[in-house]
Amino acid sequence: MTAILEQAFRGHWGRVLAALIGFLGDFDLAEECAQEAFAIAAARWPRDGAPANPAAWLVTTARNQAINRIRRDRTLAAKTRLLEVPEATEEDMEQATIADERLELLFTCCHPALAIEAQVALTLRTLGGLGTGEIARAFLVPEPTMAQRLVRAKRKIKAAGIPFRVPPPHLLPDRLAAVLAVIYLVFNEGYGGRSELASEAIRLGRALAELMPDEPEVHGLLALMLMHDARREARFTGGELVLLADQDRARWKQPQLREGRAALERALALHGRGPYVVQAAIASLHADEAPDWPQIAALYGELTRLTGSPVVELNRGIAVAEQHGAEAGLEIVDRLALEDFHYLHATRAELLRRLGRNTEAAAAYRRALALVHDDAERRLLERRVAELST
Amino acid sequence: MKFMLLIQQGDAPTPRDPNAWARLSADEQRAVYADYKAINETPGVTSGVQMQPPDTATTVRVQDGKTLTTDGPFVGMKEALGGYLFFEADDLDAAIELASRVPAARLGGAIEVRPIME
Repeated sequence: MTAILEQAFRGHWGRVLAALIGFLGDFDLAEECAQEAFAIAAARWPRDGAPANPAAWLVTTARNQAINRIRRDRTLAAKTRLLEVPEATEEDMEQATIADERLELLFTCCHPALAIEAQVALTLRTLGGLGTGEIARAFLVPEPTMAQRLVRAKRKIKAAGIPFRVPPPHLLPDRLAAVLAVIYLVFNEGYGGRSELASEAIRLGRALAELMPDEPEVHGLLALMLMHDARREARFTGGELVLLADQDRARWKQPQLREGRAALERALALHGRGPYVVQAAIASLHADEAPDWPQIAALYGELTRLTGSPVVELNRGIAVAEQHGAEAGLEIVDRLALEDFHYLHATRAELLRRLGRNTEAAAAYRRALALVHDDAERRLLERRVAELST
Repeated sequence: MKFMLLIQQGDAPTPRDPNAWARLSADEQRAVYADYKAINETPGVTSGVQMQPPDTATTVRVQDGKTLTTDGPFVGMKEALGGYLFFEADDLDAAIELASRVPAARLGGAIEVRPIME
């Protein structure tokens, strides 16, 4: 594919597909016709030049493909209202304004009647334009399994009557939370190393912020992802994990950090106080030259209240240790029922080490090592144990 | 489109089990009756017939041409169908909203929403 087409695909696939699904009410037919439209573009654009309004051109072309198919297939014709629509001409395409139905598509893909794995796969496939093989590799499942998952999800949407719409106000808070959860899950899969997923999540986050500019949590999530991702390259040196405090700030992507902070500002201006906004505020403070630990501890307290998560409380313990000393931090950490969580033991070990209780610290590190799965994290812990005995 | 709502009583107290039913306050008992009445009167709802409890069920199988019967429901007593209704609605969201109003859903049971072939 030429650069111009690749750009068109990246920029317009989600929109083109959303418009077609809205029009056809059928995921498979919409996907096939969208693919045909991109194939026609691949043949024509390099010869004739790209149209002034590529998205409208693609939607109109795909729509014409659909109408032709339906005319050939009378059984489908009975189910749609398409045949009343005259085929659009090239001139129409230049002027056409195509309604943006990506939000409708996003809420359909993230409907709680679908399993979370299916929501994630479908969102990446339809809005992200990722191939089935790419999604399968990203989530470490065999390609046929992923293909089956997508087929099943699309079948359920159609058979079970999952609506193609932005939910009404009384359903919106819950349903928006589900959409944000899917995007954040994609991001976290990517944060663990598969960076193309993190970029895809940020792309989805940006699109959502553009489509729902008045929802603070949307900006909060975008801010959170941008700020975490800005530090990605500094998290590793030669394959070894580097903790935040030891990271080389010169390797942080400053423009992205600034964009993240701007998104956070926007969320706060909208009076956002939800979990993503609070996490973004914490990420922003963490990125400061001299982190404001009392403020960070207070925000973790707020987040504990919102989520009831002991993992958040563990993080509060770390912030309190910075503010009031290791003893105070340890007091919080020791109250937590996270016996099987390696971060709990790694945190205890670090606090015990600061208090000079090296024997207990070594035991806690060994407990963390017994629970850790990630190799880079294991090596970091092993270095810490080695430092203890020198 | 049309949906079938299958009501699983699960642990939900019903008048068929007086001991369990007595655990609900008089207000809660009245609310259960009122809610089922409101659901049956909701436009688009066709209520199902009332079924005797699952312990009165007989399960029939045919093996090698021979009819075998067992006492009780096909699934466990707790998973057995407690009732059903039909609902004509625009989409799944509407059916989920109706399902969430069925008392069994909040009292320890669950509602299975199944689209019907048309």
